[in-house]
Amino acid sequence: MSKLYSGAEIVFKCMEDQNVDHIFGYPGGAVLPIYDELQNFKSIKHILVRHEQGAGHAAEGYARSSGKPGVILVTSGPGATNVVTALTDAYMDSIPLVCISGQVPTHLIGTDAFQECDTTGITRPCTKHNWLVKDINDLASTIHKAFEVATTGRPGPVLVDIPKDIQFQKTKYKKPKKEKKLNGKSHNHFNQNSIDQLIDLMSKSSKPIFYTGGGVINSGPKASELLRELVYSTGFPITSTLQGLGSFPGDDNQFLGMLGMHGTYEANNAMHDCDLMINIGARFDDRITGKIDEFSPNSKKVHIDIDPSSINKNVKVDLAIVGDVKTVLSSTLKSLKQKKSKFLKSNKQKTSRWWEKIQKWRSVRSLDYVGSEETIKPQYAIERLYELTKDKDSYITTEVGQHQMWAAQHYKFNKPNRWMTSGGLGTMGYGLPAAVGVQVAHPKKLVIDIAGEASVLMTIQEMSTAVQYNLPIKIFILNNQYMGMVRQWQELLHDKNYSESYTAALPDFVKLAEAYNCVGIRAKTPEELDDKIIEMLNTDRPVIFDCMVDKVENCFPMIPSGKPHNQMILGPKDQENKKITGKGKSLV
Amino acid sequence: MPNSKSAYSFSNKKEKFDTHIIVVWVDNEAGVLARVVGLFSGRGYNIESLAVAQVDEKLKISRITIVTTGTPQVVNQIKLQLRKLVPVHKVADFKREDKAVIFKEMALFKIVGPNNKLEGALKACKKYNPVLLDKTKKSNVIQITALRREIDKMSNELKKFGLVSVSRTGAVAMTRGADIFK
Repeated sequence: MSKLYSGAEIVFKCMEDQNVDHIFGYPGGAVLPIYDELQNFKSIKHILVRHEQGAGHAAEGYARSSGKPGVILVTSGPGATNVVTALTDAYMDSIPLVCISGQVPTHLIGTDAFQECDTTGITRPCTKHNWLVKDINDLASTIHKAFEVATTGRPGPVLVDIPKDIQFQKTKYKKPKKEKKLNGKSHNHFNQNSIDQLIDLMSKSSKPIFYTGGGVINSGPKASELLRELVYSTGFPITSTLQGLGSFPGDDNQFLGMLGMHGTYEANNAMHDCDLMINIGARFDDRITGKIDEFSPNSKKVHIDIDPSSINKNVKVDLAIVGDVKTVLSSTLKSLKQKKSKFLKSNKQKTSRWWEKIQKWRSVRSLDYVGSEETIKPQYAIERLYELTKDKDSYITTEVGQHQMWAAQHYKFNKPNRWMTSGGLGTMGYGLPAAVGVQVAHPKKLVIDIAGEASVLMTIQEMSTAVQYNLPIKIFILNNQYMGMVRQWQELLHDKNYSESYTAALPDFVKLAEAYNCVGIRAKTPEELDDKIIEMLNTDRPVIFDCMVDKVENCFPMIPSGKPHNQMILGPKDQENKKITGKGKSLV
Repeated sequence: MPNSKSAYSFSNKKEKFDTHIIVVWVDNEAGVLARVVGLFSGRGYNIESLAVAQVDEKLKISRITIVTTGTPQVVNQIKLQLRKLVPVHKVADFKREDKAVIFKEMALFKIVGPNNKLEGALKACKKYNPVLLDKTKKSNVIQITALRREIDKMSNELKKFGLVSVSRTGAVAMTRGADIFK
């Protein structure tokens, strides 16, 4: 007879078999039996966070930077509700997470017991799937299934809720079932015909553009390699969403920069004027499309996505290819080589006028800003940070707001999985705990959270986690004392009524760093900035870097709300000429 | 939509709304109905009526029939989003006008009144397969099976015969002929 294991042991047996190295969690009454077993499973390291939301974002950072699912362990009630923001964030950005939550014993469920909440009910709309395990015999298979659901197809978060009595009960352990290949659950639903159509469209196009997104990153490093091969062998221009940055080298001449609300002039105009748009792993998000009625009016649109429900959701497309980016790209490349081995040569002529047009848009230099010798311009700070770290294979996380957009615009990414930012949900407070997770996954690498002073205060307690585990993360705060993006919108849309967007009584971030027993550095002038950044990089401990920047700098270029791609505001001067009026005012 | 504060973009297109019947086969497990219904409410889809019951005891499969309205794009999204749910096996979709599919709803009417009224009520229901489920000197319970608008009509008409209570189901659907839902 095989050995009997408790529910708590089974949780860890499952994690061992799923190759889990790290879990992010916080103990509490309803998960104590699981925490009691932790010491018996040496291959699994637990990272104790300071708030369950931090555990969630740390697991997201871990997952995004490593390609493995992030694992979270929290208690019932408040433990579970605190992790909801992170689950929703992961759901929006398609990040694989497995959250194990404790629950009150089965006989107390429904009695409003202490620290009871309807966890599966609350997390139903923000997970791919969730389970309440009421029978110990279902536990192992449920956890294995949870890992499968989180990591296959379009990845996302899942949750397994385990009542405390189940954690004590004993049963036999079941190993995960060996995956049967192609058991009808394949995610590729395209055929050679669609690939041929795509190649046909590509060879006919004289104004093509690749528009790539987070799906390329999620498909694995191989997908980024294939993307590069495809882009180089076609000679087409390429733009990327916020989530897709890094899948194609940011400093390559074929790369037009990020597109969308704060994308470059050339990327947005190329999207508007193109005759063929090839969307690879992006979802026509409203930050990307601008006014949907006037979105790229004269183009044939191709959409490559693993999720059938993304097709025709926001924008109707001419050719849909449902499949894993890696598989689709590899088929496309194969066919391209067979049928049009001299594609690049034959196409150069055809797209030459298109490239001329793009160069004209480029010459507008939409990311330029007015420099200063007295105050640090936030864009300048990012530029310097990039210049001083670009040879280090660094990992960048961000919070949400102006600093996030400046980071996306001015920091150039050359590899996938190096850029972790909350795009879909836009969660302030994401970056610091995400940096913790990234550093756990990559202990020897440079990890920087480009932050705003308002965002970072939402999860600042995780500095304590970083110190506890000697995670030398760098928190690079662009401190303008305002919720900068809120302030910018109030300036543009609400007659400069800066309602509640100024933070009075901010902490002294250098002293705060010292209080957390890490290192605080402050830069006040452009002159001293480089030296201070180098000081930060030379510090092998967690650092809070308080970069005092221009308080009222706005993030440009910008597609004003309610406007299409070809009506961007380029800078402060342009702002007066293109005032947002009427309907545009009520858009978000 | 004047001065909408929540809109991300204004759609000027006024697309036609169609009524569709969506049939969903799901694992009959805890919370599965909440998942399906929550998807509808969370994404702003409509539910006109809903009928659900287990249809396969051994495999524990339930069949959910949902009547909904939406533009072709919305109905397509409903199907695709439903198919993403883990306990969903398959999804079928029909327009209400579809002649190849039978749709039926059932209603129970309680009539209280003198004998002539009770008989009048039963007679009025004649077209809709009336079954007299319960009868006393003062009351009748009549069951009919019909289409939604026919039941709407009868609920109105029976008022004059002393209708005191109505209970009705959502629509269920079945293909005509030897074909089954794929």
